[in-house]
Amino acid sequence: MNVFDLISWVCLLGGVFFCFVGSVGLLRLPDFYSRMHGASMTDTLGAALVFIGLMFQAGLSLVTVKLVMILFFLLLTSPTSTHALAKSAFDAGLKPWVKKQKDVIQ
Amino acid sequence: MFMAAMIGILATIVLAVLRTLLGPTVFDRILAINMLGTKIILLVAVLGFLLGRPDFLDLALIYVFLNFIGIIAVLKYVKFKNLATVNPDNEEVGNERV
Amino acid sequence: MLNNLILGVALYAIWLLWSGHYSLLLLSLGAISCLTVVVLVRRMGVFEPERQHVHLLLPLPLYWPWLLWAIFVANLDIAWRVLHPKLPIAPCVFKVKASQKSELGRVIYANSITLTPGTVSMDVESDTITVHALTEKSASSLQTGEMDRRVTALELERES
Repeated sequence: MNVFDLISWVCLLGGVFFCFVGSVGLLRLPDFYSRMHGASMTDTLGAALVFIGLMFQAGLSLVTVKLVMILFFLLLTSPTSTHALAKSAFDAGLKPWVKKQKDVIQ
Repeated sequence: MFMAAMIGILATIVLAVLRTLLGPTVFDRILAINMLGTKIILLVAVLGFLLGRPDFLDLALIYVFLNFIGIIAVLKYVKFKNLATVNPDNEEVGNERV
Repeated sequence: MLNNLILGVALYAIWLLWSGHYSLLLLSLGAISCLTVVVLVRRMGVFEPERQHVHLLLPLPLYWPWLLWAIFVANLDIAWRVLHPKLPIAPCVFKVKASQKSELGRVIYANSITLTPGTVSMDVESDTITVHALTEKSASSLQTGEMDRRVTALELERES
């Protein structure tokens, strides 16, 4: 077992751990807007670490280029769809759950 | 080790499906489905490495775009109850295209 | 016309990179599909010259390392809060100023806000962005305006 394998496994399992924590957040957090933060966590660090782990397995090859491109497009599309979701929920009149009521903007 | 990663991702998918079933609003369900799509991309990529066939990455890339387009289409349908609406906020554009 | 040519060449380069097979049949099929995409994009009119701010994209790789580090730190914070038995969160909604001049600069700023866990941009207007934050800490780290300053610096790189 060489050092690259070790790094790749640490990244892979770390990514899966963050994905899992994100989905726990999706279940535990109290309202729609805060659940979005849990989902955004799995989309960024979870996915990025899994792909970095796979890159260490692939080494310098065309496969690594493909992995980098998939990660790039994932990081480009996921905030766009999250923003579209947040905006349509906001426009539909879904109120955010807040501790201090004065923070809500009407 | 790829097997362990796949089991972890599958557990994540189970939790996301649970949120999809629990609801309570339609946006919660769309959010959970969006996350499910991201997890499926990861699953396909890891599966390609597990089977030793990196061609699976092409499928993963297609899923990235399908996920994005699908979410936007579903949101548009939820908002306008119609997929053919061009731009309801801007009358001129709407009239021009119809 | 030049724009369409650049788009076509870029599409074909990406197609060659992804395909990995170089027989005559597959090369011509790729060329046909790239040509179809260029025609479709031209009909849709989404690739107009006045909407392009390509000079913004050149210094972007300098911004990414800072953004990735910010995402990493925010991720650790949110993961700790989600796993904490008492769930120490205090969601709030507030507005931040977006000092970018171009549309693309604002898009980059709003996407960076959404990409960072703990903050999601809910509404983008001409000079303000409505943000939903999960905790006081993530709200205050955005309100220092460092991200805004860095994205605006990308924009001014070429004009000054």
